[in-house]
Amino acid sequence: MEFNPEMLLQLGLKVLFAFTMVGAVMTMAGYSVLAERKVSAWMQGRVGPNRTALPFVENIPFIGSFLKGLGIFQPLADGLKFLFKEEIVPGHVNKVYYYMAPLVALVPALTTMTVLPFGQYYDEAGNSSPLILANLEVGILFIFAVSSLGVYGIVLAGWSSNSKYPFLGGIRSSAQMISYELAMGLSLLPVFLWVSVPGSEASALSLVGIVSSQNDSAWLLLIQPVSALIFLIALFAETNRLPFDMPESETDLVGGFHTEYGSFKFGIFFVAEYAHIVVGSAIFTTIFLGGWHFLPWIADPWPATWVGTLLGIGWFLAKTAFLIFFFIWIRWTIPRFRYDQVMSIGWTKLLPLALINLIVYVLLVTWLDQTPSATP
Amino acid sequence: MISKGKTDQVTINLDGNDVEVPAGMNLVDAVALHGKEIPHYCYHPQLSVAGNCRMCLIEMGTPMRDRGTGEAIVEEDGSPKIGWVPKPVIGCGTNVSPGMHVKTESDLVTDCREGIMEFLLVNHPLDCPICDQAGECRLQEFATDYGRGYSRYKERKNVKPKRTRLGPRVTLDDERCILCSRCIRFSQEVAKDDVLGFVDRGSFSTLTCFPGKELANNYSLNTVDICPVGALTSTDFRFKMRVWFLKETMSICAESSAGCNTLVSSREGVIHRITPRRNDAVNDSWMTDSGRALYKRIDSDDRLKFPLVDQEKSSLEDALAASISLLKDKRVGIVGSCKSTVEEQYLLNRLAKETKAKKYLRGHFGEDDGILLSADRTPNLRGALITGLASSYPKENLNLLGQALKKGQLDTLIVVGEDLMDAKVDAELLSDIQIIYLGTHENATSTLAQVVIPTLTPFEKSGSFVNRSFFLQGFKQAVPGLAGLLPDISILVRLINELNGEAELSSDLSAVWKMMARSSTSPLKGLSFSDFKKDGIELDGSKWDELPFVEQKALHYEPTAELTTD
Amino acid sequence: MAKTVVLERKPLSLSERTYLPQIVTGLKTTFSNMFKEKATLQYPEEKPQLPQNYRGVPTLVNDPNGREKCVSCQLCEFVCPPKAIRITPGSVPEEDEDREHVEKAPQEFEINMLRCIYCGYCQEVCPEEAIFLLDEYSSSGYTREEMINNKAKLYELGGTLPDKHYKWDKKKDAEVEGNAH
Ligand code: SF4
Ligand code: SF4
Ligand code: SF4
Ligand code: SF4
Ligand code: FES
Repeated sequence: MEFNPEMLLQLGLKVLFAFTMVGAVMTMAGYSVLAERKVSAWMQGRVGPNRTALPFVENIPFIGSFLKGLGIFQPLADGLKFLFKEEIVPGHVNKVYYYMAPLVALVPALTTMTVLPFGQYYDEAGNSSPLILANLEVGILFIFAVSSLGVYGIVLAGWSSNSKYPFLGGIRSSAQMISYELAMGLSLLPVFLWVSVPGSEASALSLVGIVSSQNDSAWLLLIQPVSALIFLIALFAETNRLPFDMPESETDLVGGFHTEYGSFKFGIFFVAEYAHIVVGSAIFTTIFLGGWHFLPWIADPWPATWVGTLLGIGWFLAKTAFLIFFFIWIRWTIPRFRYDQVMSIGWTKLLPLALINLIVYVLLVTWLDQTPSATP
Repeated sequence: MISKGKTDQVTINLDGNDVEVPAGMNLVDAVALHGKEIPHYCYHPQLSVAGNCRMCLIEMGTPMRDRGTGEAIVEEDGSPKIGWVPKPVIGCGTNVSPGMHVKTESDLVTDCREGIMEFLLVNHPLDCPICDQAGECRLQEFATDYGRGYSRYKERKNVKPKRTRLGPRVTLDDERCILCSRCIRFSQEVAKDDVLGFVDRGSFSTLTCFPGKELANNYSLNTVDICPVGALTSTDFRFKMRVWFLKETMSICAESSAGCNTLVSSREGVIHRITPRRNDAVNDSWMTDSGRALYKRIDSDDRLKFPLVDQEKSSLEDALAASISLLKDKRVGIVGSCKSTVEEQYLLNRLAKETKAKKYLRGHFGEDDGILLSADRTPNLRGALITGLASSYPKENLNLLGQALKKGQLDTLIVVGEDLMDAKVDAELLSDIQIIYLGTHENATSTLAQVVIPTLTPFEKSGSFVNRSFFLQGFKQAVPGLAGLLPDISILVRLINELNGEAELSSDLSAVWKMMARSSTSPLKGLSFSDFKKDGIELDGSKWDELPFVEQKALHYEPTAELTTD
Repeated sequence: MAKTVVLERKPLSLSERTYLPQIVTGLKTTFSNMFKEKATLQYPEEKPQLPQNYRGVPTLVNDPNGREKCVSCQLCEFVCPPKAIRITPGSVPEEDEDREHVEKAPQEFEINMLRCIYCGYCQEVCPEEAIFLLDEYSSSGYTREEMINNKAKLYELGGTLPDKHYKWDKKKDAEVEGNAH
């Protein structure tokens, strides 16, 4: 290939973007942890972390103490703590896989976000193009494929720890993953059926397409509420959030797959879990909540300039943040299911429901196609 | 001890029940035989009756007889008519007689006791928190039984001297004295040192020493024991430890061949005091002051705390190995000790057989006080005779050993606790031989020894002694031995086992006793250690009647042969 | 005995069986909780209000004349369930005018706060009203030794307690003006 300064610039930009994205997601994961602690505290009548302070920043009048009270610096302290904790490796573990597991858990979460569109920018002509690292035609398939890899981290951790609780955690996690992956996939089929009706310009499995289909029209949440519900529930299960945190389950498994992990290795698991939540929320926002578009049936009120780009991204982030809050909210409201309940919900409730939902929409879409006047 | 069945029994009626008691016995003791208690302060079974505390008041009556005919008067139902003494009488001043009726639980008796208690407490200080007697105080005990719980006495209490020094070992707190006079009677009757008396009158009565005298005899601390309250206190034990923390172990005093029965009181491995244990055949309820101080030797500076090989600190294993090499195929002499227990002497004798050693033994003699400090200042000389460690009566010197050394008949000498130089053996003679020293404390011999193996004091081990009247008496370990040291019998057993190579002796006390009891000629035949753990057994010592025992006539001891001077 | 009544369970309605309404109710509850007043006490800055009969660290107190009240009777040592108290008894020198009749006082008095269970038995049993569980509750240290309060520390913590326990004063009066001969 011929040396091309244009390409180099492109490449450099992509790398820059990639790092920014990783940084953004990690930061959000870190602050999700803080949010979790704060929200749980509030819901329980406590105040949550409000002691960590940065020198100097703390001394700024009002702002300093306000930030301190919010616990803004807590994630920093948490991260440092993980870094400086004594590194303990139990003697009975399988070292290679033991070290690999946390990475395997984190990388898929960070990888999925490459295909997530999170905004759009406008060139001088006012044409918009989406902000995305890699605009894949089959974005959603990529997400499914990669995010499921995350479970390998957990299974590996469980197995390589070579002790009972982690092992049980690993097994539960794989069983759960299989059960809910199915329902999740099935729940999205009607969405794509709906979006990619013949004549519609959106490509079949592109996330960008899905987002733009919701521009100035109804959110898919309103059109496909059952799909959204199933997807949401499955998302909880996939991210191992309460009420589905079977692999961790402190009460009966003493921490499950990460029982034998400490210090930064545990920290990575921890961040990975929240990274999954962040990315999961972003996906849900993209698919069901109209991505960066304003409100259902209302055209984006912001100008088609860089200001609009920023506002769009902000709006996207706001929706994502709300979903993260929702995750936390659910966690501190609903108790954990029993393991058999988890399985029965997955196989006997969600899966049939997803199938029925699919059939209904297949019939509906077919009927709509037959009557062109009714095209949405 | 009072032995039932041996003396004549009479029947008395105790609170409505007919019971058998030995004839002529003091009522306080007789009632105690049947599980009832007549509270008392001044009465002591081994002292004369003073009858001055009035705590023991009871109701008493005897069958009435017709003055003219001497016939017993009977009630209508045929039972003898009882003539009750119109006022309560003191139990301690009453001896049982046939047909006597006694009430120890009637309302009148309880009233009396409550009244006496109230009087006793009128001037008694509120001292229990600082009183050494608290916890074993008769006044406290009876105050809980018969006290009224509050005081009706509004006037000011007497204030009396709190720390009067009666003698070198006894301090008096006058306020607490209830004027029972036990201490006075003890000094007169048992210690035969009449120094105590009361002065002043009424509630000002005060116990003091006679002018120019002090309570300094070797039995002074017994007054502290028998004082029913905390008035007489031991200067040594004063304010050291509360009695309820003390664990009491039955022991035998090792001071002399009198073999006083004792209780060793310790807390968490530290001995705080030694008190006599009642044994009516040996020491009544007494012991010497000097015997009570023996526990201080446990921690003394010259105590051997670790084994030495060539005067260098070493491990017990090395010391034992060094001893074995000094004993194997050598001409061995053994200097035993009359201070060892019966079991140790037996094992030492076994060791002597194993090594074909010559045996030597010396005595330690002193003044006989005619009470409980006998002329033989070792606890177990008779044990050495019984176990065969000694065949003749030991002398105070080891001249025989000196002669053998002069002739060069010995290579190695095992010395148990004795100092050879003190026994008139020339130090120069010891330079050519190897010495293995087993003992608790350092002495001139131990500093010469090639191997020193520390052993335990009688407080730190179990065993038995045979006293001057051939009473075999066992004692129990009171406190743990110094860390890293083994009891003497374990050391001896290991030496024997190593030398023999076949027999596996056990160092368990009962196993040693099994072996000792096997010999048909020994007075120990058929005995086991548990037989005499509590009370001693009198052994048949007639075999040795002709030996020149040095003890003189004393409390519960009659010499068998006239003392011959050599 | 009360009769056991078995209640029939009503069959769940369809909406109940989806659980969704219940979940929504739960979410409402937790959400409204977020705006309630916080129960948290900002500890080192804000101290809790201790109840009157609070049992904090056991301490030794002086009497209003500044004399130590404990006479080392060791009853507290005896009663202490976890054996936290260790007393070395000692005597008061005869020359000590202030405490003429006391005679006995602890030479050393140690309470091991790693053992103490704050049961208050020591206070209950003390015949001289010398040991009190006051309202000090925060004790910490870096070593085990630091957590053993010795006599000096105990008196420092306890200070002086105004009370009407004048036993020794009364005794002195009795001697001075009473009918002692
Ligand atoms: S003699 Fe007895 S009653 Fe009197 S102060 Fe001492 S312990 Fe208390
Ligand atoms: S000092 Fe003790 S034994 Fe002596 S008279 Fe007083 S109370 Fe009795
Ligand atoms: S604090 Fe009270 S109970 Fe404890 S030793 Fe002192 S006086 Fe006795
Ligand atoms: S409070 Fe209880 S545990 Fe603590 S020192 Fe007192 S008696 Fe012992
Ligand atoms: S015991 Fe009888 S009067 Fe004292």
